[in-house]
Amino acid sequence: MKFAIVTFPGSNCDQDAYHAARDVLGEEAEYLWHKDTDLKGADVIVLPGGFAHGDYLRCGAMARFSPIMREVQRFAARGGPVLGICNGFQVLLEAGLLPGAMLRNQSLKFRCEHVHIRVEQIDTPFTAACRKDQVLKIPIAHGEGNYFAEPDVIARLERNRQVVFRYTTPDGEVADAANPNGSAAAIAGLCSEARNVVGLMPHPERACESVLGSADGLVIFESVVQSLKSGGLVARA
Amino acid sequence: MRARVFVTLKPSVFDPQGRTIADALHSLGYAGVEDVRQGKYFELDLATNEAAQARALAAEVADKLLANPVIESYRVEIDG
Repeated sequence: MKFAIVTFPGSNCDQDAYHAARDVLGEEAEYLWHKDTDLKGADVIVLPGGFAHGDYLRCGAMARFSPIMREVQRFAARGGPVLGICNGFQVLLEAGLLPGAMLRNQSLKFRCEHVHIRVEQIDTPFTAACRKDQVLKIPIAHGEGNYFAEPDVIARLERNRQVVFRYTTPDGEVADAANPNGSAAAIAGLCSEARNVVGLMPHPERACESVLGSADGLVIFESVVQSLKSGGLVARA
Repeated sequence: MRARVFVTLKPSVFDPQGRTIADALHSLGYAGVEDVRQGKYFELDLATNEAAQARALAAEVADKLLANPVIESYRVEIDG
């Protein structure tokens, strides 16, 4: 199983994702430079966190013009699993692979801490090994993670069960105090209508070993390995 | 010809930065400033002398890149 991690100028969590895939999970992993035009046989694409293209104009706005994104779009359209983490999620939103947009955190503060998220949907390639309503302790690190979409779009996301993760208390309850950035409907992560593209603000790749304070993020990566091995997903680059 | 594009958050979108600036102005004693919306300003130098063409081009690039229609709206002005 081969993970491909896209490095944009300004990405800074690409090595964490690589480490999680290769050293912790024991799978193959390879970096793709943003100017590459070949996915090098990847089974899974990860768009990592950081500040792609300096977050010029808006977070993630410039990354969709990187040549690799054309291939990522094609891979996603074929049903290939794509995971966008933090800035990678912002890139997916700006590229139109997921609906909505990010605003500045309601507190105006950059939040860097462990939060709890509840797994709402387990029929995505990145949550297939989770239990429904499982609460994961995973760190966030962002200044613009305040998810926004118009109410009719939020209603459609709920109807289609596209809200994959929600910020909650450690007991799995949605509460204002447990929402670190003011996101609409406490949304921490979403999937596409076809369910193969998933984006989330928290960093599962930074929570794959207990020495880091939590190993709860590992199940996200285990899920995609399980999904691919069980043959539920067929796209290959 | 020069086009000026003003991008702001849509009225339905809360602007925490604008709110904070308004609060700061109030603490400076400017009670008459009721609200502030923060935005972005772009100057585009265009290779045309046709105002209508310039306006259309500026609106097109604002739609495609300068503004994110999910959260932002924009206004175009053309310098005579």
